[in-house]
Amino acid sequence: MAGNLAAVLGTGQTKHVAKREDVSIAGLVREAADRALEDAGLTYADIDAVVIGKAPDMFEGVMMPELYLAEALGAIGKPLIRVHTAGSVGGSTAIVATHLVQAGVHERVLTVAFEKQSESNAMWALSIKIPFSQPLVAGAGGYFAPIIRGYIRKADAPLDTGFQVVLKDRLNALKNPYAHLHQPDISMEQIVSSPLLWDPIRYAETCPSSDGAAAMVIGSEQAADASSRPVAWIHGTAVRSEPTMGAGRDRVNPHAGRDCAKAVYAAAGITDPFREIDCAEIYVPFSWFEPMWLENLGFAEEGTGWKLVQDGVTALDGDLPINMSGGVLSSNPIGASGMLRFLEVANQVRGTAGEHQVDGARKALGHAYGGGSQFFAMWVVGKDKP
Amino acid sequence: MRDVAVVSFAQSATRRDQTRNEVEILMPVLREAMAPTGLTTHDMGFTCSGSSDYLAGQAFAFVSALDAVGPWPPIQESHVEMDGAWALYEAWVRLQHGDIDTALVYAFGKSSPGDVGRVLALQLDPYVVGPLWPDAVSIAALQARAFLEAGHDEKDLARVVARSRRNAAGNPHAQLSGEVDEATLLDEPLYADPLRMHDCPPISDGAAVVVLAAGDRARELCERPAWIRGIDHRIDVQALGSRDLATSASTKLAGQKAGVGRVDLAEIHAPFSHQELIVAEALGLNESTTSINPSGGALASNPVMVAGLVRIGEAARRLSAGEGERAVAHATSGPALQQNLVCVLEAS
Amino acid sequence: MTAEPITGIVTPIRLDYTYTPGTAPSGFLRGMKEGRILGRRCPQCSKVYVPPRGSCPMCGVEFADEVEVADTGTLVTFAVVNVNFANRVIDLPYVSGEVRFDGSDTTSMVLVQGIPVDEVRMGMRVKAHWLPREEWDFTFANIDYVEPIDEPDADYDSYREFV
Repeated sequence: MAGNLAAVLGTGQTKHVAKREDVSIAGLVREAADRALEDAGLTYADIDAVVIGKAPDMFEGVMMPELYLAEALGAIGKPLIRVHTAGSVGGSTAIVATHLVQAGVHERVLTVAFEKQSESNAMWALSIKIPFSQPLVAGAGGYFAPIIRGYIRKADAPLDTGFQVVLKDRLNALKNPYAHLHQPDISMEQIVSSPLLWDPIRYAETCPSSDGAAAMVIGSEQAADASSRPVAWIHGTAVRSEPTMGAGRDRVNPHAGRDCAKAVYAAAGITDPFREIDCAEIYVPFSWFEPMWLENLGFAEEGTGWKLVQDGVTALDGDLPINMSGGVLSSNPIGASGMLRFLEVANQVRGTAGEHQVDGARKALGHAYGGGSQFFAMWVVGKDKP
Repeated sequence: MRDVAVVSFAQSATRRDQTRNEVEILMPVLREAMAPTGLTTHDMGFTCSGSSDYLAGQAFAFVSALDAVGPWPPIQESHVEMDGAWALYEAWVRLQHGDIDTALVYAFGKSSPGDVGRVLALQLDPYVVGPLWPDAVSIAALQARAFLEAGHDEKDLARVVARSRRNAAGNPHAQLSGEVDEATLLDEPLYADPLRMHDCPPISDGAAVVVLAAGDRARELCERPAWIRGIDHRIDVQALGSRDLATSASTKLAGQKAGVGRVDLAEIHAPFSHQELIVAEALGLNESTTSINPSGGALASNPVMVAGLVRIGEAARRLSAGEGERAVAHATSGPALQQNLVCVLEAS
Repeated sequence: MTAEPITGIVTPIRLDYTYTPGTAPSGFLRGMKEGRILGRRCPQCSKVYVPPRGSCPMCGVEFADEVEVADTGTLVTFAVVNVNFANRVIDLPYVSGEVRFDGSDTTSMVLVQGIPVDEVRMGMRVKAHWLPREEWDFTFANIDYVEPIDEPDADYDSYREFV
């Protein structure tokens, strides 16, 4: 994509927990934003505009909460944009902020995403009984479990693949102080014996429900060059959408995801993603989505994503580490989950990921998806200026 | 900045619609907006929409609305939980990258399914203000009181309403129109003191679509494109006690950044009569040289989440039709004009 | 003076909405009231949607004619649900299935009954079990569940594209 260069100047996130009772919604987003600014060595006065994203307003019971949050985010007298693209929103929000810089409209943009699920009832919000919709509601797992069953059938995948993913991600989470789930005694036995909620999905293979926020400062080439802190150069961004209920739409390996990956690689000048991408954070709310997305993202041939999992390729010390932070399976503040993927890979190429740093990471992919796997947002960030 | 223009605009009639859902309201508007361009939604480089889940009363309302576009093969698309005017802003930003030349912007909203005045109360601080459930009309009345106390007269409000109704007579999409004299209006009973019913907007359902194009592509698609010469938006603090409700600092700032200057016509997104006067003052408009709300504005029809985009579309349409050379359009969001967008358009 | 922190307040929200199904879904709901499954065909791609919403989401055009589809179909994939959600109480475990009704080009999520859960399989042939006729209303819930019928399982390739 054409446009000016842009880079991540700083990142911040909250410790993700089931309930943040010590802060309001404003306090939560402010905490992440403060940390991002501190990390970038900047103050609110340096920020030209704010772009905020979150999943449905009904998750907190506040309509267009950015209006009330404007003050906490230092946005008074500035442009403020609110993005909502379902589960991909954290990624889309970062991309809208990036576009503002690439378009030459602003020098430094603060972007924030959050969810404070404990303040309302997300399950309720997703299950409002509308008389003409299908009456059978079994939560997100009820929607995705049949798709996972479809993947297992299509790929003829070994049934323990999902368990391997969870074990890896929860062990990775132990190296991430911000992760919601810290389970030092996690074991294969514990995962296998956890309740089968939506067969083929076991409880241990599902993401938690978290309160949390993520924030980044995105700046122009000039702003990045002037920064004394490490920056992550944005090599490419892409978004794609397709119809939720389209007849014949492949929900296991969605067209929009494949197109989005191709577009982001093209923008970043990548021809062989498996070799050129050093690590990736991808949106995996249920364990099986790791092998599914590995195929969708072009890291593996269709039907073979599970082999990368089984062979340990996606482990922190593997050839293609995936979800070094513990991923969505370890922290899921819904609206922020996509931005966390983008933020974590920015930290990887900045060399600031801490204990879950992949040595020598120079190019990394952040991925978010939403809805019934019909919305996608991705970026590739690099240590080097493109 | 790259030159970007509105090359086509269409809107639905804005009545309460109890037979069609959002997709069905949007479909014919999309078709009408695409027709003069000779393009289809599949030809658009980028698509962006604005809507609100709480208005629709269901999470992910925008997801099924996308069905109207037929996003297959998959498209580059985004959505703001804001009035469609901000979706247009996002599309304008996207067009600046230079790799695409066209963008589709749409907005939809049905205010009729719920009690919109109460729904909008959920925009307020959820801990200390929202639980009191001050409805949208009451908040507007607080602002109107502050405005009158600052040295204005209720005759000014009646004058705005009378002009809106008169202008709306020429707008087939308006709900409220006709000749009414100011004295008659002032004889009406108070509704939310100091506002009368006619100072408030009707309940409207509707959709609007704008097609944007850049540079030469715009000239190919439209005989007289309405070029975006400046566009900016700003937000004020929400707390009603922390700002001067009689003025609009964010509108003033956005107007300065967008470079309003002298304009032939202005479309102001003011759901309440006094708000038009506040915005006009913030933009430095003078009614003797600028035609204000020739469409009748939001007092004549107010599809929530759509009415701001309609202002840009109406201003552009009028420039393209030769009704002027330069126009300003304004969109607002949030309680008592909290957030404001200003777009300056020129025909050449 | 130190006060206990306030960690939360409860502010009940009640909003009532009157939903409008829309023209195309209304046809589907009227069909339900009569015990028929009515879809709509896209004039461009010829696919039949059940229930239709307002446009063919792949083509972005309004639907053409109403099409009645069978109340028999194929279970293309499913989940065995072991956890109950607030708005529907069913004996656990139960099967939430995606059924392609014969003649339709989309799948619908429906409850599967009349078979032990561990015997449910992809490709199984099923038929709608309707509520008693006097209980029929303008709702998809008139189909209480689907149950297996005595037909050989569908060949995987015949329903693969719906998985």
